[in-house]
Amino acid sequence: MTARIGVVTFPGSLDDRDTQRAIRLAGAEPVALWHKDKDLKQVDAVVLCGGFSYGDYLRAGAIARFSPVMDTVIEQARAGLPVLGICNGFQILTEAHLLPGAMLGNDHLHFICRDQKLRVENASTAWTSDYEQGQEISIPLKNMDGRYVADEYTLDKLEAEGRVAFRYLDFNPNGSLRDIAGITNEAGNVVGLMPHPEHAVEPLIGTGRTDGLPFFTSILKKLVNA
Amino acid sequence: MSRTPLDTVEHAAATPDVELPWAELGLKKDEYERIVEILGRRPTGAELAMYSVMWSEHCSYKSSKVHLRQFGEKAPENDALLVGIGENAGVVDVGQGYAVTFKVESHNHPSYVEPYQGAATGVGGIVRDIIAMGARPVAVVDPLRFGAADHPDTKRVLPGVVAGIGGYGNCLGLPNIGGEVVFDACYQGNPLVNAGCIGVMRHEDIHLAKASGAGNKVILYGARTGGDGIGGASILASETFDDAKPSKRPAVQVGDPFQEKLLIECTLEAFKEKLVVGIQDLGAAGLSCATSELASNGSGGMRVTLDDVPLRDSTLSPEEILMSESQERMCAVVEPDKVDRFLEICDKWDVIATVIGEVTDGDRLEIYWHGEKIVDVDPRTVAHEGPTYERPYARPAWQDELQADDAGKLPRPRSGEELKDQVLKLVGSPNQASKQWITQQYDHFVQGNTVLAMPEDSGMIRIDEESGLGVAIATDGNGRYAKLDPYTGAQLALAEAYRNVAATGAKPLAVSDCLNFGSPEDPAVMWQFAEAVRGLADGCQQLGTPVTGGNVSLYNQTGEAAIHPTPVVAVLGVIDDVARRTPVAFQEEGQLLYLLGDTREEFGGSAWSQVIHDHLGGLPPKVDLERERLLAEILISASRDGMIDSAHDLSDGGLIQAVVESALLGGKGARLVVPDGLDAFTFLFSESAGRAVVAVPRSEELRFTDMCRARNLPATRIGVVDGDTVEVQGEFTLTLQELRKAHEETIPALLA
Repeated sequence: MTARIGVVTFPGSLDDRDTQRAIRLAGAEPVALWHKDKDLKQVDAVVLCGGFSYGDYLRAGAIARFSPVMDTVIEQARAGLPVLGICNGFQILTEAHLLPGAMLGNDHLHFICRDQKLRVENASTAWTSDYEQGQEISIPLKNMDGRYVADEYTLDKLEAEGRVAFRYLDFNPNGSLRDIAGITNEAGNVVGLMPHPEHAVEPLIGTGRTDGLPFFTSILKKLVNA
Repeated sequence: MSRTPLDTVEHAAATPDVELPWAELGLKKDEYERIVEILGRRPTGAELAMYSVMWSEHCSYKSSKVHLRQFGEKAPENDALLVGIGENAGVVDVGQGYAVTFKVESHNHPSYVEPYQGAATGVGGIVRDIIAMGARPVAVVDPLRFGAADHPDTKRVLPGVVAGIGGYGNCLGLPNIGGEVVFDACYQGNPLVNAGCIGVMRHEDIHLAKASGAGNKVILYGARTGGDGIGGASILASETFDDAKPSKRPAVQVGDPFQEKLLIECTLEAFKEKLVVGIQDLGAAGLSCATSELASNGSGGMRVTLDDVPLRDSTLSPEEILMSESQERMCAVVEPDKVDRFLEICDKWDVIATVIGEVTDGDRLEIYWHGEKIVDVDPRTVAHEGPTYERPYARPAWQDELQADDAGKLPRPRSGEELKDQVLKLVGSPNQASKQWITQQYDHFVQGNTVLAMPEDSGMIRIDEESGLGVAIATDGNGRYAKLDPYTGAQLALAEAYRNVAATGAKPLAVSDCLNFGSPEDPAVMWQFAEAVRGLADGCQQLGTPVTGGNVSLYNQTGEAAIHPTPVVAVLGVIDDVARRTPVAFQEEGQLLYLLGDTREEFGGSAWSQVIHDHLGGLPPKVDLERERLLAEILISASRDGMIDSAHDLSDGGLIQAVVESALLGGKGARLVVPDGLDAFTFLFSESAGRAVVAVPRSEELRFTDMCRARNLPATRIGVVDGDTVEVQGEFTLTLQELRKAHEETIPALLA
């Protein structure tokens, strides 16, 4: 038995097929989910992938958060369904208030695409358990609106509760506060990050490293062992 | 232009003396007279609108087509060619049932007027050409040329162009894997923004732009039609800029990449269900082009009801609707019983789709407005039978003087210290410096199939996950070489792109080109054009790589000053297994560096002559295409059989530029020895063509050198990958840190 992991396609989603490939390479079964459809097809977990949902002409993720599929995702995430938001997916999770804080435009005002070094700050979430605590990894980053912000109280709380999941190392590519690249909710089932693990799952392709694969093996192990 | 009463066909026939604004629409007097002759009456306003855009230089190739014929006449036998010149883009067989389509186009004039939107819609246009062939777009490339790097206007144009390409391409989910950025004062006021796209499909999915089958429906889908880009092809792309004329900004289109992304997905879904008989994108000349081309390529005629076109602005006149270049629109021909399903798919993707007409039995294109016929033409006369000019051309008087001004006579560095100083200047000059500040604004990773992206010699995309089949593309052009000798310059561009593809391990298959020149009304420019086309056609014939399509951009000049003749050549290659690809970066210390090919004292048009002496004169490097072919074969074999771990083509900047790039990318230095028979200066800076530098693992040295010897390719051992410096023995040593600083800080300092 394997796990079924849903990948939502919004109009303007870009990395949906890549994410499905990463799920397949990890050994799980990818299931395509459609933004107009409230039905999650009984998947065991959901990934909200990168892209420019609905064009993101408003704040990134602001419209996607109100799509029919998100009604169900929000409801089930609160009940414990594992949800990973990558890039635009992270933006949607903050807009949906499944994760605290917000994403602003990069401080240098340019789109940035680079191989980004990160430190895994929390290796006990549903999506990070196959990493070592403190492990340093490199995965691609590519975004226009990646500057994570929150008020001081929220940031302190995130730090105190170990909910900063990933931090930028060596170079902060967008001006994110406290170098935050990704965070988790209290229960550890919802994780969001700006860099793209689904683009680092095969040798030769992209940066040629597979540092992103543990996201998908983490969730698979958790679901299969559950 | 709307007038009362409506200028119907009937009205036009009854009022032969009405004066139409043909000159304002960019037509010449004899062209207008020819239209009257074709129709046997004066055209209606709508007909005039159609002819004026379709007969523009941009759409009709009227100055260039007598020369472009050589690409067909001299086309080499090539079994891989599935669709040749004349369609939206050429299609090449790459094996395993896959076909690849690719093309490069220009969006030069709009990008100067409005850099962001001009460049963005350039990407949009080329992507729609690729979709229209039935393919999923898989990558884009962008060869760019700007004025002097330190000119204030470059800081206006370049960041806008780069943001436009990124803003549009990134939002479409297309990895940007290659291209060039070149600075030269000659492009001041006439930047060259060329955009290329590659698409992949199965053989059976190839679609063509033709309307056949009477009763089939013509469906316009995508964005609503607005007043943007009216006359873009005729007024903007086909005239020179002139300070005295009003700003042409309204003629630049505005892009919506989100709409285009939906258009891609919904078109591909319709293809998958075999719902489409013929398809055409709406680019230059908008509906005028789509309807006349679909109708003239098919077997029947076409009737269109213009009132059914969804509008952004309800006050548009029929002429404006026909000329509008609103972006993100496509036109499909669909059998009646499949129309409902087609509309359903469009609805799923929230794309507006409307039946605007049908294919008819006759051979006329008829367009109606408010129930009255406003266009009644033979579509072939609009789409294919535009004027053809035999423009006068003559070798300019200054050409001899330019060629006599030999770069070999320029003062050369006399000591190791001077060499070192010039190397630092070279690798830090705007043209030779790292373009990372630019390329990191493009997404390289999306779709998860990018094997190589810039600054590699060619971009490479995997197209089959099981077998590892992949394609590679490189674009190259050197306006300085072409200025010195357009025939040789065009062949050098071809040779460099061909070599770049082979250096990554892929076999070159086919060519697309973007020919950027000044005004065809200047005999000197026309001579440059004729020579470049002849050179390229001869070169493609010799290398066995057919030209599958491309684009001509003329009138790239402001006042009397034309740009350097700039033929940009894209070469597409195929590799059986992307795992065998060869990168530029040095991989392991201790590997042996071999220089392949012959090095001569060739400095005409070189980067050294530009950077150190601000000089352009003499002759460009010699071309030997048989040598290029042999070098490519060796590079491909060595890559396939694991004999080399890195390879880099030698072009502008010569050997030292290539070695520094490989060293910085790999984070590993090199020790070089000047080979017997060469002086250090020529060894480092010569730009002789037909060369590459490769890193060979010691265990493979014998096998590799045996192969080169057996095939008669000169291979000279020049050093070893080693340490954290680049050392030229007996001359100088530079640390990677110094080189990195020089190479990587230039562009951000100028533009950030």
